[in-house]
Amino acid sequence: MARITLDHIAHSYSGKPRSEDDYQLKPLQHVWEQGSAYALLGPSGCGKTTLLNIISGLVIPSEGRLLFDDTDVTRLPTEERNIAQVFQFPVIYDTMTVAENLAFPLKNRRMPKMVIDRRVAEIAEMLDLTRDLNRRARGLTADAKQKISLGRGLVRADVSAVLFDEPLTVIDPALKWELRSKLKAVHRALDLLMIYVTHDQTEALTFADKVVVMNDGRAVQIGTPAELFERPEHTFVGYFIGSPGMNLLPAKVNGARAYVEGHGFDLGAAYPGLIEQSRVQIGVRPEFVSLTAAEGVPVQVRRIADLGRRRLAYVDLAGHPMVATVPAGIGSLGDRVNVKIDPAQTHVYLADIRVQGVAA
Amino acid sequence: MRSGLAPKLIFVVYLVLLMLPIYWLINMSLRTNEDIMSGLSFFPHHPTIEKFLEIFDDPTWVHAFGVSLTYVALNTVISVAVALPAAYAFNRYHFIGDKHLFFWLLTNLMAPAAVFAMPFFQLYYAVGLFDTVWAVVLAHCLFNVPLAVWILEGFVGGVPREIDETAAIDGYSFPRFFIRIFLPLIANGIGVTAFFCFMFSWVEQLLATTLTSAHALPFAAVMTRAYSASGMDWSLLSAAGVLTMVPGAFVIWFVRNHIAKGFALGRV
Amino acid sequence: MIDKPINNRAWFFVLPVLAFVLFSSLIPVMTVVNYSVQDTLGENNFFWNGDSWFRDLLNPHTTIGARFNDALFRTLAFSFVALAIEVPLGIAIALCVPRRGWSVGISLVVIALPMLIPWNVVGTIWQIFTREDIGLFGAALTGLGLHYNVTQDAVSAWVTIVVIDVWHWTPLVILLSYAGLRAIPDAYYQAARIDGASRWAVFANIELPKLQKVLVIAVLLRFMQTFMIYTEPFVVTGGGPGSATTFLSIDLDKIALGQVDLGNAAAMSIVYYLITLTVCWVFFTIMTQLDRRRDA
Repeated sequence: MARITLDHIAHSYSGKPRSEDDYQLKPLQHVWEQGSAYALLGPSGCGKTTLLNIISGLVIPSEGRLLFDDTDVTRLPTEERNIAQVFQFPVIYDTMTVAENLAFPLKNRRMPKMVIDRRVAEIAEMLDLTRDLNRRARGLTADAKQKISLGRGLVRADVSAVLFDEPLTVIDPALKWELRSKLKAVHRALDLLMIYVTHDQTEALTFADKVVVMNDGRAVQIGTPAELFERPEHTFVGYFIGSPGMNLLPAKVNGARAYVEGHGFDLGAAYPGLIEQSRVQIGVRPEFVSLTAAEGVPVQVRRIADLGRRRLAYVDLAGHPMVATVPAGIGSLGDRVNVKIDPAQTHVYLADIRVQGVAA
Repeated sequence: MRSGLAPKLIFVVYLVLLMLPIYWLINMSLRTNEDIMSGLSFFPHHPTIEKFLEIFDDPTWVHAFGVSLTYVALNTVISVAVALPAAYAFNRYHFIGDKHLFFWLLTNLMAPAAVFAMPFFQLYYAVGLFDTVWAVVLAHCLFNVPLAVWILEGFVGGVPREIDETAAIDGYSFPRFFIRIFLPLIANGIGVTAFFCFMFSWVEQLLATTLTSAHALPFAAVMTRAYSASGMDWSLLSAAGVLTMVPGAFVIWFVRNHIAKGFALGRV
Repeated sequence: MIDKPINNRAWFFVLPVLAFVLFSSLIPVMTVVNYSVQDTLGENNFFWNGDSWFRDLLNPHTTIGARFNDALFRTLAFSFVALAIEVPLGIAIALCVPRRGWSVGISLVVIALPMLIPWNVVGTIWQIFTREDIGLFGAALTGLGLHYNVTQDAVSAWVTIVVIDVWHWTPLVILLSYAGLRAIPDAYYQAARIDGASRWAVFANIELPKLQKVLVIAVLLRFMQTFMIYTEPFVVTGGGPGSATTFLSIDLDKIALGQVDLGNAAAMSIVYYLITLTVCWVFFTIMTQLDRRRDA
């Protein structure tokens, strides 16, 4: 299978949705390419697990079509799709050994014993489980159990997509990194399509080639981690990604200058026609706002946070809170300072959607 | 079973078989003895509620039902009230002999009533409680108190210890914390426990009849005297039987949501 | 499992329970122990009799011993048969009970109904139900040509008591199993679907293992209850015909309250109680083992 297509997929638990609010998952159009790793990132309740379950077949969408290559699989039962799913907590069969657990999907499909044994050995080798093959699965640690869950998915040679539903939730923090690296290694080795659901942006941004940011049942932006960071198309993406998130300030935009409560500063492009609009915001990440002794926008410093590698300043621009970076070399600056805002990295949002400016 | 016709069918068949004897009793209760003796039929030939009225008009019956409801209610309240602090202690603390005490409590749950009938008889006679409602209330504590402790202990375990600690830090005195914070959290558990205590006390008749005579007869004792001129007064017995099912059905209807939720929590 | 703090003041919490149960349990048991080692010449004149009652009881060659032995055997056979039917049946039905939707509440209520009926009324219901002149069950069986007579035929009496117990108490197994099944997270079923597991494989590998603890409780409760059965057989067969359905409780009651044989009755009570305690202890150990293995 080369790709999975979501064709106007939408889902509402009640039969006849009357307005947009009744949808768990609002209409979505996307193509997932084989060999890529995707993350579905968003807060709880944003619909990411619903979407995952639609792809795996545990939920049948109330609208739209799901295509594997060109085949409509919207109503195809889960066991007939070439999909594996790893859940939030390890799902293993208590009464079986590790080897029997891994062999289970193949035994159900009545494959010959020799084939089964070979596959089990291969997958166990890949996941570092060979040593434990004959142990009772029940007695192992949580991360080993999750590997078994994953192994059960991979052991079927015809599996072309692996879906993960927040799989690191119950794993010890110390082991999360190891398991994540293992997932990436498996991904490279097997050239599978992997879709990873999480609410943790670090996991998403390190794991995925492309991230689908979701909020309130809607896919807000799809892009590479770099794109999401540098050019958030939606204020939600700006706020959700990055730690801390993007600064968002209500502003008036006139041509290539923005005014926040009267304080003006330059923008990297010109935005005609926005002067009359309300609900205009400018967004700029703390990484591109720095405290300066020279000229700039005056702010009042509330507190400084020393994070070791960098220092952040929590400031107040005419009543609006902002976060700025404190460059190395600047000592204590007192209460009232200026900030320098990088015009190239400042974005303009109208009603939460990014506006593309024209070259000034 | 997730879906499919077979499980639903099996379930319905089971329910029908279950209800058949109960339906038959209702059938009998709506017929007079002559009607019953005249032949077997699924429906009463001339449905009548005269036997029910006969029961309502008879002070012995009414008194008997009253007695039964009284001791069951008293017993439920006492068992749950007494078990609550104990369940909390068993779950939250270690103390000397706690495991042995818990085990001994559970054995009382399994105590054969027949073993205790005679000694109870003598004991309650000796303390002057024979033939009173209180004799039955206390006797039923034998198994209901351990039952209540057992069930409640499970539900207490479902409340995270952090809540106790937070309340202590917030300055709650223990009684205040227990009543205002803790009890509402195990409300479902209390409902389930009260239901089971009610049920086991209501259905137990050996002790109830052994420990009472003229003044505090429960309905079972009155039922054994339901003779008419031509032998057992079947229609009267049936009517009485139907009436005894009402409180049970009533109680379970009210706590059904608590029970469903209690089950969903997975604490048995 | 987090370690609990040691707090001996917790005994205060437990005192009320202790008081009630001591009163209801320890004192009566002591009374019985007292009687079991004494004999009387009448008029409240008691003298020490040692273990004489016990030796008579446990000796199958004495009349009391033979009688006890028979009753014990009958009761154990009954427990075995009843459990063999009720446990598989209960699990099977529990798998069919709806888990979502409006029918859950009402299903649970209807299932539980037989358990809410006072035990003497259960007896009455079946007394009527099994008669061939006014009862559906009796009429149906005789109509089919079977020789069915509860009061005169031992086989009929036995079958009837078993049917009554199954009707009466399978709901307990159903409700306990249902609770256990509801506790299984959906993800297990979903993973099994993806793994292509058959319905039987799901039952054997997921549901049954997760029901272990619940089943131990169910078997314990049901064994205890069948072992102590009294009211239903008493009402329907009176222990008959002859002594075909005279189970331990009925026999004990006859001896204790019928005759003046306090010593015999007391000894029998003690042995009966001890058997109960032993079984209880075995199950308790199994349960704590299961708990410990699960938490490991």
